[in-house]
Amino acid sequence: MAEFTLPKNSKIKVGKTVDAAGGAGRSKAFRVYRWDPDSGENPCMDSYIIDLDKCGPMVLDAIIYIKNHVDSTLTFRRSCREGICGSCAMNIGGTNTLACTTAIEDIKGDVKIYPLPHMPVIKDLVPDLTHFYAQYASIKPWLQAQTPPPPDRERLQSKEERAELDGLYECILCASCSTACPSYWWNSERYLGPAILLQAYRWIADSRDENTGERLDDLEDPFRLYRCHTIMNCTNTCPKGLNPGKAIAEIKKKMISRNV
Amino acid sequence: MSLQSPLAKVRGLGSARQGSHHWWMQRLSALILIPLCLWFVFSILQLMNMDYAAVRLWMSDPIATVFLVIMLIALYYHAYLGVQVVIEDYIDSEWQKIVSLLLVKFLAVFSGAIAIYSVLKVSLGT
Repeated sequence: MAEFTLPKNSKIKVGKTVDAAGGAGRSKAFRVYRWDPDSGENPCMDSYIIDLDKCGPMVLDAIIYIKNHVDSTLTFRRSCREGICGSCAMNIGGTNTLACTTAIEDIKGDVKIYPLPHMPVIKDLVPDLTHFYAQYASIKPWLQAQTPPPPDRERLQSKEERAELDGLYECILCASCSTACPSYWWNSERYLGPAILLQAYRWIADSRDENTGERLDDLEDPFRLYRCHTIMNCTNTCPKGLNPGKAIAEIKKKMISRNV
Repeated sequence: MSLQSPLAKVRGLGSARQGSHHWWMQRLSALILIPLCLWFVFSILQLMNMDYAAVRLWMSDPIATVFLVIMLIALYYHAYLGVQVVIEDYIDSEWQKIVSLLLVKFLAVFSGAIAIYSVLKVSLGT
């Protein structure tokens, strides 16, 4: 059966509480998932109380503040701090999102931070995305064409053809959507998940690509594509406001239209 | 333990080259069930408090018989397709999955056949 409860060694315990606010007026508690692979201990929730006047407005600012000033062992991924690299995707206040584009003041009560759900954890807030990236590689995310490009310029697209890629090319592969999808939780070995299917559709929808049929052939599978049951967690959670659910529906429509 | 590359694991046995038919049939059977179920519920409500002879008279109407049989076929087909998806979603173990899929398929065919036979017996029987 699919796993509905955490295995014994993953049960989350209560961790330490560090008050770094010093009785400041504007303070907030951040409850952060911690797990150290070397300790042999179960994961736990550490609490850090932060003076909001000492750090920036976003959740990522608070996490960086904690690492710099309170607890340097806190481990997480981050890079661009402006919502374009996708590194700091994590579960904040019950929703998968980017820490760098989530304002602290938008979260009521304590800020609870977990790594992306149902992924193997490497340490603290860092999930293992090896499989996710391999799935991305499997859809051949590059332009495939028999016709050689014009010798003197790039392959051309009309404005309408280019518009087909709007809402697809913006995906930064942060994995928020895929790790919010119950179908992906239960069947990620075989189901590609919303992020990868949106990327697959990005190439299916590209007017310059000549391998549309082969791409559809590769997705024509009860697990790779059809585990999507339009639950729509993907679209609800996407921190870039994209609609992977719609992209998957477009792939399904293409599958039918080449049959009828 | 496996030293297989992540990409080899993802590509696995390759695409099954099917799945769209299942998805399309699930939708088509759902579509045909909407008017048929509405008609069925409406008819049954009208037959409330009627005796067997009246129900039989209603069922022996050729249109009612054909509608009922089509509804039952669509219903059992749709139910089978749906339960198949649930089993594939939640049951990991390969043999448990295959056994439950076969069981459900058998159950759907068997009980569907009984239902259709019953309708025909009542509507065509003397």
